[in-house]
Amino acid sequence: MTAPPRGAAPDEATSASEGTAWHRLHPRMLLIHPIIEVGRALPALVGVFLAGRAQGNNYWALGAAAIVAVLSISRWFTTRLRIDADSVQLRHGLLRRRTVTTARDRIRTVDVTANPLHRMLGLARVVIGTGMNDRRGGGRLVLDGLTLPTATALRDDLLHQRPANFAAVTGPAAAQATDASELARLDRRWIRFAPFTLSGVVTGLVVWGFYWRVQGESGLNFARSGPLRAVTRTLRAMPVAAEVLVVVGALVAFVAITSTAGYVLAFWNFRLRRTAGGTLEVTRGLLTTRATSIEPRRLVGVALSDPLPLRVVGAARTTAIATGLRVGRGTERGGEVLLPPAPLRDAERVAAIVLDAGAALQSPLQARGPAARRRRLLRACAAGALLCGLTAWAWSAGAPLWLFVVGVIALAASIPLGVDRYRNLGHRMTGDALVVAHGSLVRRKAVIEDAAVIGWNLRSSFFQQRAGLMTLTATTAAGRQGYAVIDVDRAEGLAVADHVTPGLLDQFRPGQHTMV
Amino acid sequence: MQLRAPAHLVSRRARAYWTVRALVGWLVVGGIEAGILSADMPAAARLTVAAVTLAIALAHLVVMPQWRYRVHRWEITHTAAYTQSGWVVQERRIAPIGRVQTVDTERGPFEQLFGLANVTITTASAKGPLKIHALDRAVADNTVAWLTERAQLAAGDGT
Repeated sequence: MTAPPRGAAPDEATSASEGTAWHRLHPRMLLIHPIIEVGRALPALVGVFLAGRAQGNNYWALGAAAIVAVLSISRWFTTRLRIDADSVQLRHGLLRRRTVTTARDRIRTVDVTANPLHRMLGLARVVIGTGMNDRRGGGRLVLDGLTLPTATALRDDLLHQRPANFAAVTGPAAAQATDASELARLDRRWIRFAPFTLSGVVTGLVVWGFYWRVQGESGLNFARSGPLRAVTRTLRAMPVAAEVLVVVGALVAFVAITSTAGYVLAFWNFRLRRTAGGTLEVTRGLLTTRATSIEPRRLVGVALSDPLPLRVVGAARTTAIATGLRVGRGTERGGEVLLPPAPLRDAERVAAIVLDAGAALQSPLQARGPAARRRRLLRACAAGALLCGLTAWAWSAGAPLWLFVVGVIALAASIPLGVDRYRNLGHRMTGDALVVAHGSLVRRKAVIEDAAVIGWNLRSSFFQQRAGLMTLTATTAAGRQGYAVIDVDRAEGLAVADHVTPGLLDQFRPGQHTMV
Repeated sequence: MQLRAPAHLVSRRARAYWTVRALVGWLVVGGIEAGILSADMPAAARLTVAAVTLAIALAHLVVMPQWRYRVHRWEITHTAAYTQSGWVVQERRIAPIGRVQTVDTERGPFEQLFGLANVTITTASAKGPLKIHALDRAVADNTVAWLTERAQLAAGDGT
């Protein structure tokens, strides 16, 4: 048995609401779909090509590509959308027709993205988020292929809840620019922080993985032939110290360059604006442009995060905590960016501008007691000792020495790590918001409005119970879905919960009983 | 400030249910072990493994249901739902009724045999579902009916 579903409702329920017509997406999408889909199917097509060639038939791959292209085009013919006064409907599917309906008052975010192909043809992709993405059936609508003016007009229309039909939205009057005040924009000097984001490490791992797959499938060893062989031969000829230096230097340079490229691709032309209606608008991107809108009533908090390398150079990321924007989910990944990695002072300034409670991120936090410090140190040292022991064992079993050296360094670093983790631990109640902070290798600090807290998880492990501590998690429909006050004294934690949600806990005090 | 445990225990039949379910699990483990051990192995080793498994299984079957019965508690008031669970890591969850979004009951095959049901109360947060295990079916149905009614009375979308 279930309470009535919210968000996306199944089929037929809305077919009664006649009146507005079904629309197709823009016909120029017919040019984009085949390119995207054939590109996506490329690995399979290569396989078909190789199989075909083994059979002495070179046209298999062409035929397969044609099938993929035709199927991709059929997507345009089978997709219809309808927007009326109280809902957005998308109907799609070739064999299995599906209609997804989203009520207007459930719409939390509207994201407009345009990749280079879209931009060449003046189109854009609209993603409508309802904040129900973790539920079965999604609850996310993707309208891939509207003209850019239509897309932005639709976004404004959906977010400002002005009842209008699709025809009105597509009309020329709807394309008017909205007044907006600029809160922040990309400062080119911030690009110096890009290498410290280490996003290039991921790129490196992807390249590495691709290299091994190609090598594994083709049976070729690239290190034994071609230009790579010359490189490895030169390296081998060098003394060990020089070899290590060159390799490490090359890796650092690679990560720095790719991280910077990633930063520029993602954050070029970054602008944070507030429209007259109070909606926050983030636009950014060099090749693929992206515009995210966050309604003021959906914005319930702000988070700052600074991984160790960024912290060393005094920079931090700023993200929005908003209902309907889940952290790191598929295409919504990055939708919560409020500011690219930027100086901590700018990050704090933006946090204070976008949210009244945001200023609380700058004030000092309430520190933890000695029990929490003991736990941080013990845990850090235990992890360090375990790593050291494992690498020592691996070394004795024949692994290279440097692995053991890494283990020893980890053990040596564990005490400062534990101390730092303790120092960064803290919380604060401001009267209308809760601030929580923790972490060292990735330090996070978040402020969330009391009104957005929709429940509490109180956890204490065996060791926490003995130390009189607990981890108190404020659950919420926004951002990471839960914000933890780690290793807080039990009485203090309950005081926090009581303060943030007044009256909720009173009935569960000792001696209090209410019968239902 | 202190918090007491939730008022209600789960169904009395829960202990029998947990015992039976664990027993089935241990039979599967025993079967797999028998399959592996039947290979050429000295009799002493076979006996030791079997004895150790039996001892662990017995301890689990005796202690677990009693312990779990004492730990799993729940309570629903006019304004909040409150649950407690966990062995080594104790966990308590509290959610205001006004923020409840869905209430589900769920019955596995063994639970049907014992006339039990699980109730899951979800809020708009993915981190916040409250689960009440092994309730009497009637109690579960009443709870769901009550919660659904209260949740519908509460205005807004629960975020």
